[in-house]
Amino acid sequence: MTLVQQTNEGGQELLPRSEQTAKQLLREVGSVLRMSEAEAAALALQEIDPDVDQTMIINMGPQHPSTHGVLRLMLELQGETVLRCKPIIGYLHTGMEKTGEELSYLQGGTNVTRMDYLSPLNNELVFSLAVEKLLGIENDIPERAVWMRMLLSELNRMSSHLLFLATNGMDIGAVSMMIYGWREREQVLRFFQKVTGLRMNHNFIRPGGLAADLPAGWRDDVLSILEEVEPRLEEYDVLMTGQPIWRERLQGVGVITAQEAIALSATGPTLRSTGIPWDLRRDQPYLRYDEMEFDVIVGSYGDAFDRYAIRLNEIRESMRIVRQILDRMPAGDYRIQDKKVTPPPRARIDESMEALIHHFKIFTEGFKVPEGEVYVAIESPRGEIGCYIVSDGTSNPYRMHMRAPSFVNIQCLPHMMRGGLVADAVAVISSVDPVLGEVDR
Amino acid sequence: MELLHGCPTGDSRGQQTVFPSVEQYLPLVKKLADEGYSMCADVTAVDYLTYRGRALPEGVEPKRFELVVNLVSLEHRGRIRVRVQLDDGDVAPSLFDLYPGTEAMEREVYDMFGLGFSGHPDLTRILMPEDWDGYPLRKDYAMGRIPVQFKETGAR
Repeated sequence: MTLVQQTNEGGQELLPRSEQTAKQLLREVGSVLRMSEAEAAALALQEIDPDVDQTMIINMGPQHPSTHGVLRLMLELQGETVLRCKPIIGYLHTGMEKTGEELSYLQGGTNVTRMDYLSPLNNELVFSLAVEKLLGIENDIPERAVWMRMLLSELNRMSSHLLFLATNGMDIGAVSMMIYGWREREQVLRFFQKVTGLRMNHNFIRPGGLAADLPAGWRDDVLSILEEVEPRLEEYDVLMTGQPIWRERLQGVGVITAQEAIALSATGPTLRSTGIPWDLRRDQPYLRYDEMEFDVIVGSYGDAFDRYAIRLNEIRESMRIVRQILDRMPAGDYRIQDKKVTPPPRARIDESMEALIHHFKIFTEGFKVPEGEVYVAIESPRGEIGCYIVSDGTSNPYRMHMRAPSFVNIQCLPHMMRGGLVADAVAVISSVDPVLGEVDR
Repeated sequence: MELLHGCPTGDSRGQQTVFPSVEQYLPLVKKLADEGYSMCADVTAVDYLTYRGRALPEGVEPKRFELVVNLVSLEHRGRIRVRVQLDDGDVAPSLFDLYPGTEAMEREVYDMFGLGFSGHPDLTRILMPEDWDGYPLRKDYAMGRIPVQFKETGAR
């Protein structure tokens, strides 16, 4: 077998222009605008009709540093201009949905937390909410557990967006921003380590509540994070937001309209950058977000700069929510005291035979979940993350599906890049902020 | 039992579901799209091979596969779930013309379950390699195993 055959992936790849069918052309140019095939073909002709000899199809990725992992883009270039683009994914596919069927509901958290590894707590949260809905205990979760979940979820949004600022800066050439973003994110991760024991992949939010209570001194830690990050955001504004080079690189790059974003099912900052105020925290509230005061940040041009500015300001909004949570954090239990779902306290095991049995059953067999199916969606830093679980009455999910926001948002790339420059392609990938662990699952 | 555009409906833990047949599927989704369900959040499938006794509303005949489509209405802040019964080899119409964002999701369903979609512009595998055999998320597709050298602990 020759090397060419070994690496060829056939139909998944971007085909040469001469082999392109009208339907494929429609997919690339017309579908998002809901054009007819004839209109799309006419548009493509008038747009650019390059000489076949003058274009070339190149691979960007999967090892390219600016593709945030293992995203591979096939680009058709004419000089510096991107004519067509096709994302090819699957390099990180590890069958996590299949694995999810083999793990009990208690173990499932360790699996889903590894999908979007930049916002692990949001993954655990949506999984736990779905399981709790199936169990019918979603209204019995203790108040403190609910507020703790909200606190962790917002801090996680901050850390994820801070990392976005870092990588976005790095991709565009503001390398100092990379160091600053990682530095601030580290503060949040240090807090997570103190609370959950791990920096990432916590498995801390579990069906029924959380794994442990907040440690002593948590309030001071959170306050010190807020105090530190707040002035740093002002510094970012000076360093990037108002800076002419930064604006030149981002403004008007990777533009998408509201109609296109909705048609492509984009969510999160990508959708909000087009001016659609759609945030599940406000529009379909979960936890206690309906009692929180915060603004949904929207853009107006749908370009890479708007997506940057939205994330920067969402950090501020998250901090606002965290301050409200600090004021209102109730006392009480951090998990539901339902013997069938929650393991008994360690001390009880020594004195109660029943507690020992429950403990043993929960950690060997797991708890049984009534039959049914639910879809629960929450707002992760990248958009709508949804969890669809089918239960057949046993202690393992019959089917566990995650609706990953990055997987869907990545479909916007060909549209955003069309007609742009190669250097802008890097800015566009970065502005959508895909996490490949979640794209491929 | 209520009907929505002639299709049986259900309620799953307070979430609205509707069960069209394959023939009713595309017309139903078109009507829902006109009613304001402007975004298709998710397309996935379930293989019910080993769980035939699931609860379905009257008049819905259980089949091996179920196509599950989650639609969102940004206007009314609502959600609806469309569940279509499919047998192995059945081909569902693609939602691509209505919601171009379903392109990758339908490819994923094809890749993982082997369900076909008519009218999809580029129905190829998306996560697995192009030449992969089988459909991983089917229930008769075995979990992989890594052979280990010292697993057996038989008596000497």
